[in-house]
Amino acid sequence: MLSRTADSVYWMSRYTERAENVARLLDVTYRMSLLPTTGVSGYWGAALSANGLDEAYQKKYGAFSAPNVVRYMVLDEDNPSSIRTCLRSARENAHAVRGAITSESWETLNATWLEMRKVTTSQLQGAALSEFFDWVKFRSHLSRGVTFGTSLRDEAFYFNRLGTFLERADNTARMLDVKYDPLAPEPSPGNEYYEWGALLRSVSAFEIYRRVYRDVITPERVAELLVLRADMPRSLRACMEEVHATLKIIANSQSAETERRAGELHAELHFGRIDTILASGLHEMLTDFLGRTADLGNRISADFLVP
Amino acid sequence: MNTAFYDEMTAADGQTREHYQAFQNWLSIIPPQYIAQKRTEADSAFHRVGITFAVYGEDRGQERMIPFDIIPRIIPAGEWSKIETGLTQRVRALNAFIHDVYHEHRIVKAGVIPAEHIFGNAQYRPEMQDINVPMNVYTHIAGIDIVRDGAGEYCVLEDNLRVPSGVSYMLENRKMMIRLFPELFGRYPVEPVDHYPDMLLDNLRSVAPNNVDDPVIVVLTPGAANSAYFEHAFLAQQMGVELVEGRDLFVHDKTLFMRTTRGPQRVDVIYRRIDDDFLDPLAFRADSMLGIPGLLSVYRAGRVTLANAIGGGVADDKSIYPFVPDMIKFYLGEEPLIANVQTFQCRRAAERDHVLAHLKDLVVKETHNSGGYGMLIGPAATKAEIEEFRTRILADPARYIAQPTLALSACPTYVDAGIAPRHIDLRPFVLSGRDVRIAPGGLTRVALRAGSLVVNSSQGGGTKDTWVVRDPAAA
Repeated sequence: MLSRTADSVYWMSRYTERAENVARLLDVTYRMSLLPTTGVSGYWGAALSANGLDEAYQKKYGAFSAPNVVRYMVLDEDNPSSIRTCLRSARENAHAVRGAITSESWETLNATWLEMRKVTTSQLQGAALSEFFDWVKFRSHLSRGVTFGTSLRDEAFYFNRLGTFLERADNTARMLDVKYDPLAPEPSPGNEYYEWGALLRSVSAFEIYRRVYRDVITPERVAELLVLRADMPRSLRACMEEVHATLKIIANSQSAETERRAGELHAELHFGRIDTILASGLHEMLTDFLGRTADLGNRISADFLVP
Repeated sequence: MNTAFYDEMTAADGQTREHYQAFQNWLSIIPPQYIAQKRTEADSAFHRVGITFAVYGEDRGQERMIPFDIIPRIIPAGEWSKIETGLTQRVRALNAFIHDVYHEHRIVKAGVIPAEHIFGNAQYRPEMQDINVPMNVYTHIAGIDIVRDGAGEYCVLEDNLRVPSGVSYMLENRKMMIRLFPELFGRYPVEPVDHYPDMLLDNLRSVAPNNVDDPVIVVLTPGAANSAYFEHAFLAQQMGVELVEGRDLFVHDKTLFMRTTRGPQRVDVIYRRIDDDFLDPLAFRADSMLGIPGLLSVYRAGRVTLANAIGGGVADDKSIYPFVPDMIKFYLGEEPLIANVQTFQCRRAAERDHVLAHLKDLVVKETHNSGGYGMLIGPAATKAEIEEFRTRILADPARYIAQPTLALSACPTYVDAGIAPRHIDLRPFVLSGRDVRIAPGGLTRVALRAGSLVVNSSQGGGTKDTWVVRDPAAA
C-alpha cells in the first residue's frame, strides 16, 4: 500500500488509542482525588507529568487544579495529547485515507469527532465527567471493533493494529509510572489499596486481577499483571507480542532491525520475572521501556511510512 | 424575467404530468411532519458520512454540505434514450475533434473552425501534437450540462471535458433516497446508477497502455483540502484503487511509480483530478506542488495513460462550444441530435452588434472561465453592471459569447415556505473508452433561490436525485 496511506492509518489508530488512554488516566486520577488525603492536587500534577505535559500546563494555567487539568487534557487544542486534539487528528488522518479504510470505520471516527466538537467545559464536572470518559472509551472500542469487523486483512489493517498496540504499550507504561512520579502524593498505607485499585480499574483490570490472583491487592502482583501477563490485553507484554507479530507480517527489505528490536523487547517481557524487575526498580524499567517504544516508533516511520 | 419556463411536474393545463402522477399521489397522503423529519435525517446522515466540501479560506473543520432536495427529478425512459444517443454522438465528435487538433488539423484546413480559436486557446497544449493515446480517446470522463428550454426541448449548455465533478453526489443522492423513502422505489421502476464505479473502472482498464495485462490504476487528487476531495476518495474506494497525491508518485527510468510500504510499484493509468497546469512542474507550472516531475515524458512515451488526456480542455472552452454541431457534421457526417443553446459570438461584428443592443435580455459569458463567474445575466443585472460589460466586450470582443436568457425548466423543490418550483439543469456523465457509456440519469442541480438560474454549488445551488423511470405507465 501507499506509504502515505499507511502513515495515516497508523496515526489514525494511535490517536484513537491515545484518546482512550487519556480518558482512562483522567478517570483514575479523578477517582484517586476523591480519596480522603492531603495533596490531592499532586495526583493531577503526576497525571500530566507522566505524559511530559506538566511544564506546558503550568505555563498556561499555573497551579494544578482538577478543573484546569481536565480542561487542558480534554478540550485544549494547544495540547497535542488532549482528547479533543487526538480525536480531531484521528479523524483528519482517517479523512486523508477514507478511500483506504471501510466506510463504517470512517463514519465512526467522523461521528465521534462531530460529537466531540459539541462538548463544553460545563459538561465536564461531577458525575458527567465519568460519563464523558466512558463515552470516549466506548467510541474507541467501537472504532476498533468496527475496523476489526469490517476490514480486509490487508496492510492497512496491520498498520492499524501496529499503531494501536504501540500506543497502548506506551500508555500503559505511563499509567503505571504515574505512581512513581515525584509529583505524586507520598504513599500513605491507608490509601495504597485504593490507589492500586484505581489503577487496575483504569486499565479495566480490577476484575481480571481478582480472577487471576484470587487474593488481596499487592503492588507486586499489580505490576506483574500489567507488565508480564500475556493474557492481560493491556499489559506491556501483550502489546509487544502484537507489535512484534505485526512487524513480522508487514516486513519489508529494510525492516529487519526494527523487527529484531521489537522481538528482543518482547522476549525480555516474555521471559522476565517480576522480582528481578522490582529489585532493580520498576520506575527504571518503565523509563527504559518508554525509550525503546519511542525508538520503535521512529524506526517504523523510517522503514515503512516516510521512505 | 422570462417566466415561460417548462414545469417538469405540472403541464400548462394544471394537470400533473403522467410520470409524476404516482409521486404526486404519494406526496398528497404523507403528513408534512414526516417530510420535515426525513429532511433532518438526511442532513445528519450526510454530515456523518462526511459528504461535504471544504470551503476555502475558512477555519479547519468547517466543511459545508451541498443542500440535498428530497423531491426527485424524474425523466421518462423515452426522453432519456434520446438524451443518451445525443450525448454519445456529441462526445464521439468531441473526441474526434481533440484527436484532430493534435494531429492533422483537418477541421481547420476545411475552414470549419478558425485556427486562432484553437491554437490561440489557453487550453491548447502544443506538447500533445502527434502523441497517440490509447483508442484515440481524450475525454474519458465527460460531464455534459443539459437544460430544457421553454418548450421542454433538451439542449446542451456546456461541455465539461477536463475534470468534471459531481458524480459522487449522483450516487450518494440515490443511496439517500432509497434510505429515506424506500416505499417510493416500490411505486417507480427507477433505473439504478450504483454500477457507475464499475463502469468507470472498466473504462479506465480499457485505455491502459497497450502492452499491459493487468493495469495498476490510481486516482490522483490534489489532497484533502481540495473542495472535491470527498469525491476523489469515494471513487478510489468504490473502484478499490489507490488514492494518490503527487508526492506519492515519482518517475524513474521512463516509468511512473508510486511509493508503497513494499517499495516502488509501477502505475499504468491515472484518473487524475488535477488540472493540466499542475500535472508536471517540469513541463507546465514550475511552482506546482501537486504534480509529478517528469510525468509528461512518461506520458509522451505512451507508458502511462492519463484520464482525461492532457490538452482536452481545448474542446470545452466557451469559444469552441458554438462549433460543436459543426464538428458532429464534420467528423461523423450526422445531424446533431441535441442542439446547442443559441449562441452569439462577439468576435463577429454582426453578432456583437446584436449583443450590445440586447444586453439586458442576454446572458454574457466570458470564455476561459467557469463556475458562473465572469458572467452577466442581463435581466437580473443593474444598469451599471450592463454598462461595465459593454465596455469589457468592446475592449476585447473575442473573449465574450452571449446567449438568450434561458427559461431553465423548474422542478418542485422543498423551500422554507413549502414546495415551490425551482430551476434545474442536468449533468450526465459520459464515459469513453472501448465504447461510450452513460449511467442513466446524472446529477440534477437546482437553484434554491426563487427565480435564480444559477445552479452552481458555490453560489447557492443544491442537488436532487435524478430518476430515469423505465415505464411510467406501469407505476
